[in-house]
Amino acid sequence: MLKRTALFSAHQNLGARLIDFGGWEMPVQYTSITDEHLAVRNAAGIFDISHMGEVTVSGAGAADFLNSILTNDIRKLTPGIGQYTLMCNERGTVIDDLYAYRLCGDVYFLIINASRIEADVAWMQAQAVKFPRRSELSLTDASHNYAAVAVQGPRVKEFINAVIPGASISALRVNAVTDLKKNQIGGFKFENQSVLVSRTGYTGEDGFETVGSDDAIRHVWDKTLAAGAPFGVKPCGLGARDTLRTEVCYPLYGHELDEETTPIEAGVGFFVSLDKGEFNGRSVLAEQKASGVRKKLIAFKMTDKCAPPRPHYPIWANGASVGSVTSGTQSPSLNVGIGMGFVPPEFAKPDTTIEIEIRGKRFAAVVVQKPIYHR
Amino acid sequence: MSNIPSDLKYTKSHEWVRVSGDTATVGISDHAQGELTDVVFVELPEAGRKVKAGEACAVVESVKTASDIYSPVSGEIVALNQPVTDNPALVNTEPYAGGWFFKIKLSNPAELNALLSPEDYKKQIGG
Repeated sequence: MLKRTALFSAHQNLGARLIDFGGWEMPVQYTSITDEHLAVRNAAGIFDISHMGEVTVSGAGAADFLNSILTNDIRKLTPGIGQYTLMCNERGTVIDDLYAYRLCGDVYFLIINASRIEADVAWMQAQAVKFPRRSELSLTDASHNYAAVAVQGPRVKEFINAVIPGASISALRVNAVTDLKKNQIGGFKFENQSVLVSRTGYTGEDGFETVGSDDAIRHVWDKTLAAGAPFGVKPCGLGARDTLRTEVCYPLYGHELDEETTPIEAGVGFFVSLDKGEFNGRSVLAEQKASGVRKKLIAFKMTDKCAPPRPHYPIWANGASVGSVTSGTQSPSLNVGIGMGFVPPEFAKPDTTIEIEIRGKRFAAVVVQKPIYHR
Repeated sequence: MSNIPSDLKYTKSHEWVRVSGDTATVGISDHAQGELTDVVFVELPEAGRKVKAGEACAVVESVKTASDIYSPVSGEIVALNQPVTDNPALVNTEPYAGGWFFKIKLSNPAELNALLSPEDYKKQIGG
């Protein structure tokens, strides 16, 4: 039996096509992936992200604990700020990528991938047992308590204050949701409940993510579609979410990231803070930063007219198969086949000519700078 | 409600067949294009290829996925619709006209009897 989010009946009423996504029955599209994608690039779109997991970590030992299990430096976070970060094992390979927020003082809030909730929580609990100051630490999987939506696109700021009106009620004081800056998070009163709103997302566009009770999020969904209608908001499925994040080269766990891949190889070394002290995987990551990697994530564009590249298609260079595609699609913004994949570093430089094998034939592509799509 | 022209035959895998003499024109149904949405690429077989009924011989790709197209009948591919490879959206906008894929010279016209009538196809897609 697939799990359903609080918005399941909303998706059904909108005529969504539903798929199994990591054990969740989720909308892949409502009308068309291209239309939904372009709505987010040009106006606004709302996504159900209730399947994602939430973990709270609090106590006097919370910051040091998180700094020992995550790659980014949690000490950079003042109350009301979040950061993208990764959780690695001792081999430096990725257990999950996530957003870590500091809500206030010693209270941290992690948003993790739906497909990794069980693995992440088991790993964090095992790490907590080994943590010397475990008595100063409280770790709770709160995934069941929360639903969430992402509202994304350049026009969202024109109507989000009508959806969630008023000033924040949290450590971070702002007069309105739109006063949040990128990566900031605040608590807001919404219909006599409280919700968390952050200025984040995974589409490459400005936008906000709201986490709250099932009931609150159902109302945020309805109010967003109503208030956003004059601005062209559309409900958007996982199909558009995937094409949007692929165009801006954001990694997706299970595609670009897994337990055989380090953040350095996946090109997210910016979120690895080697100078913060010891953390899981540090020695491997430091070695890779100093001496290089054996595989590197590239972004590419097809230059031949051909079918769109897809995950697992072989990548060829110099007449040999050298890697494979991790994400690939027809880019709705650029109307050309695009993708990402791993190759040996000697083929990873922008402007390198490569080939993608599609159903037994090879087609020319070129390695490009990330992101593939710029505003 | 999808369009199911009454003068065509259909397959369970959503291809349609228009017969004219000993030649069959093949495309995919309005229902199928609606399920695919956003067709971005069409790959057709080589002219002259001999195919068997049920053989995968073309590919239609939407943004999300690639789908095989199966020949509804056996025979030789005698014509290809080049415009649909240049403008794959024709599959969405004109599934029964400009969105056709290929023509087959029938080697076993009796196979046509095994195809679905418009009424049976309508039942299959729950229309």
